Amino acid sequence: MINANAKKILEVRDLTATVAGVDILKGINLTVRAGEVHAIMGPNGSGKSTLAKVLAGHPAYTVTGGEVLFEGKDLFALASDERARAGIFLGFQYPVEIPGVTNSAFLRLAYNTVQGGRGKEELDPLEFDDLVREKMKLLEMNPEFLSRSVNDGFSGGEKKRNEILQMALLEPKLSLLDETDSGLDIDALRVVAGGVNTLLNAGNACVLVTHYQRLLNYITPDYVHVMSAGRIIRSGDKSLALELEERGYDWLLDDKKAGATV
Amino acid sequence: MSSVLDTLVSQPYKHGFVTDIESETAPKGLNEDIIRMISAKKKEPEWLLDFRLKAYRHWLTMTEPQWPNVHYPKIDFQAISYYAAPKPKKKLSMDEVDPELLRTFEKLGVPMHERAALAGVAVDVIFDSVSVTTTYKEKLAEVGIIFCSISEAVHNHPELVRQYMGSVVPAGDNYYAALNSAVFTDGSFCFIPKGVKCPMDLSTYFRINTQDSGQFERTLIIAEEGAQVSYLEGCTAPQFDTNQLHAAVVELVALDDADIKYSTVQNWYAGDEKGVGGIYNFVTKRGLCKGRNSKISWTQVETGSAITWKYPSCVLLGENSIGEFYSVALTNHKQQADTGTKMIHVGKNTRSTIISKGISAGYSNNSYRGLVKIGPHAEGARNFSQCDSMLIGSKCGANTFPYIQVQNPTAKVEHEATTSKIGEDQLFYFQSRGIPTEEAVSMIINGFCKDVFQQLPMEFAVEATKLLGLKLEGSVG
Repeated sequence: MINANAKKILEVRDLTATVAGVDILKGINLTVRAGEVHAIMGPNGSGKSTLAKVLAGHPAYTVTGGEVLFEGKDLFALASDERARAGIFLGFQYPVEIPGVTNSAFLRLAYNTVQGGRGKEELDPLEFDDLVREKMKLLEMNPEFLSRSVNDGFSGGEKKRNEILQMALLEPKLSLLDETDSGLDIDALRVVAGGVNTLLNAGNACVLVTHYQRLLNYITPDYVHVMSAGRIIRSGDKSLALELEERGYDWLLDDKKAGATV
Repeated sequence: MSSVLDTLVSQPYKHGFVTDIESETAPKGLNEDIIRMISAKKKEPEWLLDFRLKAYRHWLTMTEPQWPNVHYPKIDFQAISYYAAPKPKKKLSMDEVDPELLRTFEKLGVPMHERAALAGVAVDVIFDSVSVTTTYKEKLAEVGIIFCSISEAVHNHPELVRQYMGSVVPAGDNYYAALNSAVFTDGSFCFIPKGVKCPMDLSTYFRINTQDSGQFERTLIIAEEGAQVSYLEGCTAPQFDTNQLHAAVVELVALDDADIKYSTVQNWYAGDEKGVGGIYNFVTKRGLCKGRNSKISWTQVETGSAITWKYPSCVLLGENSIGEFYSVALTNHKQQADTGTKMIHVGKNTRSTIISKGISAGYSNNSYRGLVKIGPHAEGARNFSQCDSMLIGSKCGANTFPYIQVQNPTAKVEHEATTSKIGEDQLFYFQSRGIPTEEAVSMIINGFCKDVFQQLPMEFAVEATKLLGLKLEGSVG
């Protein structure tokens, strides 16, 4: 939902970043306003996931230039856990398994830490149990997932549902969903996408990193950006995604090369 | 030549301890006169002196064990003073206590009066310790339980001590057990008579003798037929001691249908981050399931000491007897731990369970060493072992040395082992959900140790959880 007057949630300016000394992001510019859904597409290795991880503060990446404002404030002044409490959520491409830690304990600690960080009320285990069971219905999750270890032995689809369950609990202002569709069968995709749609509103925003148009059949993007070699080389509306689906990425890459020689 | 030696050795010590008997501290060094002096100071019966001397003579023939996976400079046993008369503690006021120590207590949630006691403050200032211990003692006496220092037991219940002391850990069992048998100063004695279920957990904190037990502590617990007891040793609060070498011996005896649960939280001074100082904790702990259907369960949370060398074991003699070992050993900085258990199955249908969780951080080295032995007559014996290691950072080490000896074809022995690492990705996952690193580590560690913590008495479990968090502060991220 585009509203040119909506407040800016995220402003990325000339962002560059490296991992293990290799340049991955080479000057990203992106503005996301409240209520918007942005899709970031592009071939493997173009830097899509890196962008999401850098914004969330993954320690393996080093920011080498540019700036990022989150609700008008310097994002890089915050540690990754502070960013989460401030309202940034990263949905992992490969959610991490934590053997021995029950999902319910983990979810409650995350919920209460974020609530506390926002000056809101924390819930005791019984209150939280009611809340989490309610949210699980949205994702058609069996409550038995609460007593299992975090993501331990979960199928790909179960892990992704668990990610969106966390998004539902933490109510982020900006959700960065990194290939949430990968590893999902068509039914699971429908449920997960349905969950995301329910959570999006005029006050928050979402950046979807994806390879495939199929997710965008369920979650309609307001903008589609194509990344290549660490830059956004084309931005458009949802029709751009359809065009990519039909033509692949090569024509854009060729365009860019042609453009560069002019 | 040998006669010259004999003469020399049998000469009375020239500097004459007999005349020196009023002195408070023995001179450094160890010989038979020193042992005679200790025994005399403690007004011990002849048989106990013999026990000590036999142990000492055996010790002289032994050499320090070299097999543990730990490294330390050679100990000069002649540079240690083996006897210091128990002195009343200097009474401090709360204001004189090291504020750092108090902060630690606060973080651990140690109740105020315990903080005072642990910090060496005269507890009667804070609460009436006399009435507490008296009430405690009276309540136990009503049901016939004896709980006192081993020195008191030697005088008041010599027949029990004589019958059982050394029956589980013989005086010459190993180098440090022999040393302890020769020079032990004090410790706890606990006797639960037939059919009695001890109405409360027995804690060293409430031991009637509140004086320091010294560096060579000796504990003896006997549970008669059908008796039950849960014994707690140590505390989560950091314990400082000027003695570097600690060599304790603990013996447990369970008769028919008896049940002994022994829980330890060990947090001796571990030395500084560079590995300077710290206690050497060389302990022999062993339980004898003597009777049918008896059970001995060891639970330990080892977080302190520069070096830990400790294998709480069970000898499963009685038919259907059960041995259990639940352990969390955490090492950080330059600590070294070589710890585990021995389960010796002798009787039919004996069962044992071993759950060991080792956590290494910093530059530390943490080894699990365990023996499961099934004897030729242990028909139908069963063992299950699980040994998990967790590494924090890339400079530490974890090892598992399982020894399995099976001499009966009907036995069933299972061993599982895993090694995991708290990785950057796991921590980032927590952080991306708003959870700071320290809390994340604490949650991961507690999840890892859950199977052991749930064996601890409730308050101990809560404290142990906090303790691990505290010990790892600053070791990640």
